[in-house]
Amino acid sequence: MESTLVSWWSGFWPGLFTALLTFLVFLLTTALLIWAERRIVGLMQDRLGPNRVGPLGVLQTLVDGAKMFFKEDFTPGMVERVLFTVAPMLAVVVSLMTVAVIPVGGEVTMFGQTFTLVTADLAVGVLWLLAMGSLHVYAVFLAGWSSQSPYPLMGAVRATAQMISYEIAQGLAVAAVILYTGSLRVSDIVAFQATDSGLFPGAPNWLFLPLFPAFAVFVVGMVAETQRPPFDLAEAEEELVAGFHTEYSGMRFGMFMLSEFMGVVIQSAIVVTLFFGGPNGPVFGPGWLQGLLPVVWFLAKTSVFIVFFVLLRGAEPRMRYDKLMNLGWKIMIPVALVWVVVQAAILEVDRQWDGWTDGRMPALVGLGIVLLALAVTPMLRRDPTERTEAARSVARDLGPRRLPEKDDPAVQADTTPDTGRGDAPHTPPGPEHDHEEVGV
Amino acid sequence: MLADYLPVLLLFVVAFGFVAASLGVSALVGPRRPNPSKLSAYECGNEPLAQVKGTRFSVKFYLVAMMFLIFDIETVFVYPWAITTADLGWFGFGQMALFLGLLGVAFVYEIGRGGLTWD
Repeated sequence: MESTLVSWWSGFWPGLFTALLTFLVFLLTTALLIWAERRIVGLMQDRLGPNRVGPLGVLQTLVDGAKMFFKEDFTPGMVERVLFTVAPMLAVVVSLMTVAVIPVGGEVTMFGQTFTLVTADLAVGVLWLLAMGSLHVYAVFLAGWSSQSPYPLMGAVRATAQMISYEIAQGLAVAAVILYTGSLRVSDIVAFQATDSGLFPGAPNWLFLPLFPAFAVFVVGMVAETQRPPFDLAEAEEELVAGFHTEYSGMRFGMFMLSEFMGVVIQSAIVVTLFFGGPNGPVFGPGWLQGLLPVVWFLAKTSVFIVFFVLLRGAEPRMRYDKLMNLGWKIMIPVALVWVVVQAAILEVDRQWDGWTDGRMPALVGLGIVLLALAVTPMLRRDPTERTEAARSVARDLGPRRLPEKDDPAVQADTTPDTGRGDAPHTPPGPEHDHEEVGV
Repeated sequence: MLADYLPVLLLFVVAFGFVAASLGVSALVGPRRPNPSKLSAYECGNEPLAQVKGTRFSVKFYLVAMMFLIFDIETVFVYPWAITTADLGWFGFGQMALFLGLLGVAFVYEIGRGGLTWD
């Protein structure tokens, strides 16, 4: 009993330090993400984005957050008051609890103690990640249901169905990781990826290559889980106002916004940890640099995925709900399921067979799949001028003013003025304007 | 073993403290000017018509929930096998392939009957 207490207390200060560090790292990254997203999407939309507060507007998020304190946080009359307040708290607390098992750096020596920069390296670390992800569904649904209002309810039902559907696909993708590394402990998975893959000298054993199908499913799943564009059906503005948080205002709305953006950071951190070696990377230099570099690698890799999220939002239009659910159930889950079996078979053959691949078989198979995907993807690209059956039937219904087919002679004769893009000076159609732009 | 979870508890305290403080401060310094429009359900400025207790949504969502239960439990079965697969060898692989195969047949049947088709 006494020894238990001693071990509890010896872990108190490092525990508090790592907990606070994780908290701050993820909160600050989230603040930076919100700023970066507004800037990058601004650039993509030919405008500036926030650029006044601080250098390049980097402090905008802090100012917005401070402003939110002084906004009215009212409770509409019809809501279930207790759950209405619990839901946003649950959303943020659960998001922050998820990151407990993610190592943000390597081993450091500070205050006379040596410890790893992870809040808690639990034996069931991967399960912890999935469990907290599942709890987030409760926050969303409780918010929508406790609002007692039509739009939030519809948004919450959609969001819940979407999240649980993609949760299965993500869970099976993670099963492939466990299958390959043989451990649920996150530090084991990260250490496994630090070993040599043997493909070529110095190649790290990052799991995205041998587990490429699982990685692909996981990436699609993480966009769906965070309900980010193009999968943001749950808060499709045109249909559902703001989805499950329509009735929220002030700081309670701010909590949902925070948890949504924090979800992006967390999912990026998870994919880096599971598939890109987490804080692994070249470490050199004096002692303080050796402690700092893994943190830098981790943040750099996470930033890549965060920017991926932002670019995706800027580039892709929102998907239709039936297509989203079809993608989840009819493509993602079968692919993940089949891959778990195939992966197990590959590993079993690799263990039994003492051939020339010498433990490199999973990596070689993964490499083959990547090359195949690179070769096949260009062939699958649809011609953007090609019309679907639905568009063609609309064109028929329109009669004489029908939409032009791609190689319709009527198009060649018809010249529509090219208005250009935005600030380009308007020029009347002349002989130098080719007709190919028309009807695209 | 249990000491592993002390930092998790501390993180929970930090996170909960942050959230409670944010909401508390906001409640203290924020204005409070209720009016009937603010207190009614938001329906884009129209008079609220629908009562949420009577709001209907597609039965498909129930189907998704049921399918989720089946596949989530399946995932839970996969994890222990995934960890011990090195010890279980081809025997364990065969067992798991059989289990996933049976579920797969049911899944294909479900898709074939249009159970997962949204319209």
